[in-house]
Amino acid sequence: MESKTRVNRHPVLSPLPDSWVKFTFNGREMVGRAGEMVSSAVFAGGEHVFGHHHKDGGAQGIFCANGQCSQCTLIINGLLLKSCIVPLEEGMAVRSVEGLPALDDLDAPLMNPPERVETDVLIIGAGPSGMAAAKELGASGLNVIIADDKDRLGGKLVLQTHKFFGSEEDCRAGVRGTRIAEILAEELQELSGIDIWMNSIVLAVFSDGTVGIRKPDGYMIVKPRQLLVAAGAREKSLPFPGCTLPGVYGAGAFQTLVNRDQIRCSERLFILGGGNVGLIGAYHALQAGMTVVGLAEAMEKCGGYKVHVDKIARMGVPIYTRHTVLAAHGQEELESVTIAAVDESFIPIPGTEINFKVDTLLVAVGLSSVNEFHSKALEFGIPSMLTGDSEEIAEASAAMFSGRICGRRIAFSLQGEPADIPAEWLEKAEVLKSPGGRIEEYRESSLKEGVFPVIHCFQEIPCNPCMTVCPKNLITTSGHAIMGLPEYSDGCIGCKKCVAICPGLAISLVDYRKNREFPVVTISWELGDWLLQKDQTVTVTQWEGIPVGTGTVVSLKNAVGFPSTMLLDIRVPEKIAGIVAGVRIQEAETTTPEEMIPELPIPDSAVVCRCERVTAGEIRKLLREGVRDMNELKTRSRAGFGACGGKTCKTLIPGIIKGEGIAMDRITDFTERPLFAETRLGVFCGKEEK
Amino acid sequence: MHEVIIIGAGSVGTPTAMSLAERGITTLVIDSGRSAGQGNNKCAIGGIRATHSDPAKVALSLHSIKTFSTWEEIHREDIGWYMGGYTFIAYTEAISESLQNMIPAQQKAGLNIKWCNSDEILRLVPGIKAEGLFGGTFSPEDGSASPMESCYAFKRNAERCGAEFRFGETVTSIEKSGFFKVVTDRAEYTAANVINCAGSFGREVGAMVGVDLPVYPDMHEAGITEPVQRFFNPMVVDISRTAGSANYYFYQYSTGQVVFCITPDPPIPGKGTEETSTFLPQVASRMVNLYPRLANIKVRRTWRGSYPQTPDGTPIIGQVGPEGFFAAVGMCGQGFMLGPGVGEVMARLVAGQSTEEDRMVLSAMRLDREFSGREALK
Repeated sequence: MESKTRVNRHPVLSPLPDSWVKFTFNGREMVGRAGEMVSSAVFAGGEHVFGHHHKDGGAQGIFCANGQCSQCTLIINGLLLKSCIVPLEEGMAVRSVEGLPALDDLDAPLMNPPERVETDVLIIGAGPSGMAAAKELGASGLNVIIADDKDRLGGKLVLQTHKFFGSEEDCRAGVRGTRIAEILAEELQELSGIDIWMNSIVLAVFSDGTVGIRKPDGYMIVKPRQLLVAAGAREKSLPFPGCTLPGVYGAGAFQTLVNRDQIRCSERLFILGGGNVGLIGAYHALQAGMTVVGLAEAMEKCGGYKVHVDKIARMGVPIYTRHTVLAAHGQEELESVTIAAVDESFIPIPGTEINFKVDTLLVAVGLSSVNEFHSKALEFGIPSMLTGDSEEIAEASAAMFSGRICGRRIAFSLQGEPADIPAEWLEKAEVLKSPGGRIEEYRESSLKEGVFPVIHCFQEIPCNPCMTVCPKNLITTSGHAIMGLPEYSDGCIGCKKCVAICPGLAISLVDYRKNREFPVVTISWELGDWLLQKDQTVTVTQWEGIPVGTGTVVSLKNAVGFPSTMLLDIRVPEKIAGIVAGVRIQEAETTTPEEMIPELPIPDSAVVCRCERVTAGEIRKLLREGVRDMNELKTRSRAGFGACGGKTCKTLIPGIIKGEGIAMDRITDFTERPLFAETRLGVFCGKEEK
Repeated sequence: MHEVIIIGAGSVGTPTAMSLAERGITTLVIDSGRSAGQGNNKCAIGGIRATHSDPAKVALSLHSIKTFSTWEEIHREDIGWYMGGYTFIAYTEAISESLQNMIPAQQKAGLNIKWCNSDEILRLVPGIKAEGLFGGTFSPEDGSASPMESCYAFKRNAERCGAEFRFGETVTSIEKSGFFKVVTDRAEYTAANVINCAGSFGREVGAMVGVDLPVYPDMHEAGITEPVQRFFNPMVVDISRTAGSANYYFYQYSTGQVVFCITPDPPIPGKGTEETSTFLPQVASRMVNLYPRLANIKVRRTWRGSYPQTPDGTPIIGQVGPEGFFAAVGMCGQGFMLGPGVGEVMARLVAGQSTEEDRMVLSAMRLDREFSGREALK
């Protein structure tokens, strides 16, 4: 079924099954895929407004798409549910939540009575770190329960269509995240002693050493000897006027819609934040056929890997460094966004505002660790460890490695032996966690004959598959260190494996052998075979996206041995062959700002707590009254009282406090209370059949 | 030098400070928390009733209800007051009889209460289990409010009238030589009178002046759901016992959330605030069995607080130990609803203006009583 709101073809992802079912949204008939999340089905049905808040009537829609925030709550067959974690079924009656909902008096779904179980290790989260730890623990013969709130193993790996950094031997560098999820899942399912609980939400850690988990068929109270929190991270938010409009949401939510459920959720989008998440989000959007009109980053340089920045710049995404979003505009949904340049103190500079017509604004301003389970466990003296992003935000390659170490540590400790962790593991774990390091100056290749790779990789990052893939061992990193910059030495046979494996798409191959004046440049191509045709003239760019001329498409072929990777051969003039690194696919006119600047609402109106719709102004007023105890602030403003339990506003309020010139050590923090996810009362008792 | 130092800025100390300051009595309140109400006040579920078996408590609560119910009108501040009434329901003949037997005395004490048959209860709480329902009491003028909003409102009013508050200071000793010297971990203060409103720490503070106040906290857990449109009005109290729990009760707060609590049986002594895995399964099975539609409302948060109990379930209020030392402790989990009434009685006592009704209350709640009675509606 071809649809404008679904991804009909994708260069990397396999098509999803044609299992269409009918359902209704506010009485209107819609069609969705059986088993996809209701939120995605409604979104694909063209409906982005999921309801209106009872406090101020503001429209609400998808925000995290990750079971965390509750903004996507809908009334599904009479029950109030987070629609991003409810699979679609034939005939579902779905309604938006308009104001305060009524509690319908209907028969509760049947649940098993609560059950208590014991286990050696409970792992919260079946993403890269949790699965890696489970594998180590399972291999050592311990009983493990691994619980995850999603319907499939892999955590965020299932959204990651890009190839992994790191090294081939330690973390499958060069392989796509989606594939790594499948490999890890297969490995885990082979081990006995590992109990995999999917669709299972961890609700609370209790003082009696137990953890409350809502499984699909009943409530479980698990008593582990050791808890391992591998719950990953959640996206941070940013308060600005209009930040709660449907259409403004996290880059992670976007990846979920696009890469997991294959929803073409936007025509034109803008991205706030130049970390790896935002940069990769832009790339994923381009792969799914959307227009990325720009990306703003408040710092001097994007924080993500330079190869990611360059990759999207080459395709024609303008990158606005030292810029921030001032406001999002729209009545019921996002219609446009205003950005402005910022000064050294990150204060917007008047007169620099520019406006873009967009339907989507992705907020990718960083991640915060999901570690509330661990904090509670520590408070109650329960043995607990953190791993992956729950411990420290880093790449998934690092998460897999740290999970493995954690699993090994726990295995030794539960078997009463001293932990025997190879020193090189610990070193590697640290290296893999490194954010991008030093950026060296670009060095142009001086070669003008034969065949050879040109490496457009000038930032130290933990990545070296180009080195290990070369059959002639011609690429080495300085000092053979994984962080070292790769260098090529003579002898290339033109196999193109380095071009195909590079996760950063930062290697091209120049071949002068057939034509010295118009050599062929080969680059890696992850955008499918439908955008380009043989003999087409294309704009080619240097490594950072600056157009340097035109080239002619010679061929576009699958790279043998590198799934869903294509190699694009372009004939270009000899003069630019050494610097061509990409093909522009978005022409400048599609990303030009509008001229009109809408009037800006006052920043005090920015919503900080989206559950209870509490604005920055309300928070400031209380701080100015002298409130310093977050518990008092919470009661009086209601920020943090909502469905999500302060998961979003907790990271925003400190910024307002600092902005008021109040030192954080004068502030008393919130008291954390369960539940960490709202749950029907009926889940805790089990209902007898009538 | 203050005329009065109050120890504890919670459910009782804060309205007491307000009542004193309103009378022009210079008052200082000291609390170890970082803001008002950070002890048991924030753990209270917000029910406010004059439905007790003891006339002294009925009297105090009627005063309190007056304060809560008129607050918004007088002070233009929303404290979440909602007059939804209380219903004590009966599914056994024994409970039905015992509740009905109390009604004449309650009415005599001034409480608006009546017995409702099962049909009337079904109208008050639509969807509650009809099978086996005998009926229940209904006291329409009882209600609920936000404990913390109320506490902050009382504090602001106390400050407007001149009371001072010191937070983040723990009282370590109290000496008397003519006047009282109250020593904290950060400073020393002097006052002619000291009032112990220390909630769960009432016994420890009493010991500082050599008085043994029989206050023994036990722990209770509570929870709150998502907000939904109003579907029932009164606080519903089921005083029947089952294995592991005595009574439990729930109501719908003014903004739509259902708030609930259960009493463990036997009691769990202590004043900890750690949540346990026992609470939700225990309370959920009783609530859902009684009121099936509750199965579909989502629990948002749970927490644990303590009930500073006395041996007979009645508070200790009045002058204790050295002259000028007063106690308002042992509220048995009802500090929030009794607080404003207690504050008025204490303020008149300190000011030497006790009324005849005050003397009845103070006599019933004096320290040197037998502690042999038993509050039937604890």
